[in-house]
Amino acid sequence: MLENIAFLQSDFFTGYIQPVLVITGYVLLLVVPLILAMAYLTYAERKVLAAMQLRQGPMMVGPFGLLQPLADGLKLLGKETIIPSGANRVIFVIAPMLTFMLALVAWAVIPVNAGWVLADINVGVLYLFAISSLGVYGILMAGWASNSRYAFLGGLRSAAQMVSYEVSIGLVLVCVLLTTGSLNLTDIVMAERDWWVDLLLFPMFIVFVISALAETNRAPFDLPEGESELVGGYNVEYSSMTFALFFLGEYMNMILMSGMTAVLFLGGWLPPFGIEALAVVPGVIWFILKVCFVLFVFLWARATLPRYRYDQLMRLGWKVFLPLTLIWVVIMAGVLVYAEALPNMAGG
Amino acid sequence: MAPQELLLNYLPIVVFLVIATGLACVMVLASFIAAKQKPDAEKLSAYECGFEPFGDARSKFDVRFYLVSILFIIFDLEIAFLFPWAVTLGSIGLYGFWSMMVFLGVLTIGFIYEWRKGALDWE
Repeated sequence: MLENIAFLQSDFFTGYIQPVLVITGYVLLLVVPLILAMAYLTYAERKVLAAMQLRQGPMMVGPFGLLQPLADGLKLLGKETIIPSGANRVIFVIAPMLTFMLALVAWAVIPVNAGWVLADINVGVLYLFAISSLGVYGILMAGWASNSRYAFLGGLRSAAQMVSYEVSIGLVLVCVLLTTGSLNLTDIVMAERDWWVDLLLFPMFIVFVISALAETNRAPFDLPEGESELVGGYNVEYSSMTFALFFLGEYMNMILMSGMTAVLFLGGWLPPFGIEALAVVPGVIWFILKVCFVLFVFLWARATLPRYRYDQLMRLGWKVFLPLTLIWVVIMAGVLVYAEALPNMAGG
Repeated sequence: MAPQELLLNYLPIVVFLVIATGLACVMVLASFIAAKQKPDAEKLSAYECGFEPFGDARSKFDVRFYLVSILFIIFDLEIAFLFPWAVTLGSIGLYGFWSMMVFLGVLTIGFIYEWRKGALDWE
């Protein structure tokens, strides 16, 4: 009897505890760089905006202001957490945590290099799509629980906007899936496409990047937090770390969207334009460079473009992108079927 | 793939979820502990640009937000149908392609109807 229990325990250890510990290590290997990236994206944003406006940006904290994100974080940590008296306290605190968690957890399926992926599940794209859909809840909960007019309107606007652009993102994903024949993100990176298929996908790449701007509530689609009318949108009432979590979540979502762009359209960790000689540089570096490139486009858009009006935003989403992507799905499917260029073709 | 192996693929996600939750909780709790909490009635009242907040903030809002969410459900469901179709199109061939075209055609008629009715307009 005793022997049995001991056996069970050791089995329990090798079967469950050990893998979980190993996975925890991997998760930390992913999370720590991600959080650093998040912190330094805020720094990069300020520097890039400053450079585009002929300013210097943060300069005082550390060399070139490099310690600025740390200082900001510590400052926010030292602030009082205010929960408004009219708010639903539990939902109010959970909302930013949810936003942050979801933005982080989505990274589980993104392949950073060949085989460097936490969960190599066969429905990676669906997982990403589901997690990014859940992101709306954090914002809606914050807007509702704050019991403040600005937060309420900001939350509604934000939810409607994210939901609208999610549709076009979904259809763009369908276009990509047509050319890869797999929902696994590693397979999507490795999928070999002819040059004309890439050309067909190019308009969808543009639509995806613009939708990603709208999905992450970034300029020029940053209406939910339009400072000039809504003061700060759904996060008006937030302070201290609860605010920081929203802030980090937003930047995390930007990095995630850039990562998705890199994986779906830019070939992930593979060297650009299929140049074999560039493969001496490790895949992770290429992946990071590609993500940085897309992030730079995000910041560039913020520095350059004026904010959209809400009716323009909804028109772009429902009357331009939705029909365009829908037609494109039909065109791509038709061309690929009749050119017999589909992946997993029977007998091909 | 054995069902257990399939489930095992999702273990990292569960671990990740736990770690992310823990991280978020720690961050919020840390500021609760590190920062001095000195609430007062003015500080805790809802922000309303210098006014005393009047009434409940959860007032009536535009029905179009509701409409957008309904439209979203329709199109998101459609996308859920399109995912498996797109992945397997190579093996289901022309028959699969034209079946989906009929479905999309029906949906497009509905879309045109919405457009004509002005459900997609915001002013």
